[in-house]
Amino acid sequence: MIVNKLRAKYAVSSEWVLKGVNITVGRGEMLVLMGPSGCGKSTLLYVLAGLLPWVIPGHVEGTVIIEGRDVVKTGYRGLAGVVGIVYQNPEMQVVTRSVYEELAMTPENLGLSKEEVVQRVEWVVEALDLRRYLDKDPQSLSGGEKQLIAIASALTMKPRVLLLDEPTSMLDHKGTAMVLETVAQLKSEYELTIIAAEHRVEWAVEVADRIAIMQDGQVVLEGAPEVVYSRVEEVKKYGIRPPGASEVAYELLKRGIHLQVPVRLKDAFEVFAR
Amino acid sequence: MIRLEDVYFRYPNGPEAIRSVTLEIGRGEFIGVIGHSGAGKTTLAKLIAGLLKPTQGRVLVDGLDTRRVPASTLARKVGYVFQNPEMMIFSATIYDEVSFALRNMGLPNDEIAMRVQEALKVVDLNKPLDHSPHALSFGEKRRLAIACILAMKPEVLILDEPTTGLDYSRSLVLFEALSQLHKSGGTVIVITHDTDLLARFASRILVLREGVVVSDSAAEDVLSDVEFLKSQGFIPTQLQLLASKLGVRRPRADAVAEAVASRFEVRV
Repeated sequence: MIVNKLRAKYAVSSEWVLKGVNITVGRGEMLVLMGPSGCGKSTLLYVLAGLLPWVIPGHVEGTVIIEGRDVVKTGYRGLAGVVGIVYQNPEMQVVTRSVYEELAMTPENLGLSKEEVVQRVEWVVEALDLRRYLDKDPQSLSGGEKQLIAIASALTMKPRVLLLDEPTSMLDHKGTAMVLETVAQLKSEYELTIIAAEHRVEWAVEVADRIAIMQDGQVVLEGAPEVVYSRVEEVKKYGIRPPGASEVAYELLKRGIHLQVPVRLKDAFEVFAR
Repeated sequence: MIRLEDVYFRYPNGPEAIRSVTLEIGRGEFIGVIGHSGAGKTTLAKLIAGLLKPTQGRVLVDGLDTRRVPASTLARKVGYVFQNPEMMIFSATIYDEVSFALRNMGLPNDEIAMRVQEALKVVDLNKPLDHSPHALSFGEKRRLAIACILAMKPEVLILDEPTTGLDYSRSLVLFEALSQLHKSGGTVIVITHDTDLLARFASRILVLREGVVVSDSAAEDVLSDVEFLKSQGFIPTQLQLLASKLGVRRPRADAVAEAVASRFEVRV
């Protein structure tokens, strides 16, 4: 995926919400977008999904190429079967009366044969261990379970790119754990490119290949988690919480103890508790 | 200051949301309330604020039974910031919104003006005072709602998930302001999922599960007990796991750093 000089705004806004975003994401890579609310994370995902300006009225300039498709020119129609998106609020995405129907709906809409639909539902049910939910009414599920079904539903179209817009922000710890484990599993077992807007930094540093910090419509800091979050002071300046381990290293630095700045728990144990 | 005596609460046609809760909250405590969604956190908070009346048992605020005193009397003692700020905003300008309750309290104009400014500064809301609150973003509305309650300077301040939609630096500023209030003798009760912030600021933690208080202890006892947190369905944070590994009671960055520093010093 190549994003170049991307600017975007909504029909209702006079100012650009994205003010020149450049990013490249390799196949099978996971990029986590972080930044204060209003920084443009969700807007970027809407453009990548071909929703803005095709479904959501607005204006987009610049280039977005996903798997060879020019998204700004073709919109979501050119992305069917390529890009799947999961939103913040699971309530908005689950519409049918049984989980099975929910999972079958997307491949059916793609016009696939009955056998292929069944095959895809079977695949996702196996992959995410969803068999016990199949006959249930989605409305009777917890928030975390609903979000899991929404992710599964996006996967039934076998996308090569999965976009996640703060998929855990409306969930409690239990639901969050459920969704985060699933995403980690998807990343390790399938060569899926994942771009997620997420505020849980301690999860992001464990699973992301790269982190992009956004502020005011631009990517201001980008790189591997250990590179981005070792810059504790800069990260804090952007209004973002560093992982607990990095904060400890920063406190030590204030006391004159210079250690490597760990961002992941495993590294923190090695640096602090050896 | 606040006493709950074997309190039960049931929503009409609903299950019991709070069951057999007995607790006492003293003046000058900073309490964190944690638990899953549906555990009864908001219901408990509303019972303390007198916004809900117990179906059984009593809630006493400063000796006053919440079932017997009007909400307006309680509002001067207990300020409640709703989870959804939309529920609190109705005025035409930011100034009118923040000063509304202060005018009802009969405060002089210069005192009102000062309090409005102070409260808006704490929540870092820098819009013109004649700006319409309805044109604010969700995060800004939340900050405005908090300012409205802060300006009243209630003895007890209850906030329901105040950091949702706030970025980290603003959450910190808010908690620091709450901490100031706490240090000057106020009682603060915060419902939040953010256990790292609670480790920094709270003195006591209530853990709710299915309407019951399953734990009521000093903050350091609850937040350093990783196994207990896991058993309650929480995802332990890096600081909690590091603190537990290093035997640090308070899972705060400075306390963990202190422990690491002492290890290194011993070796030197």
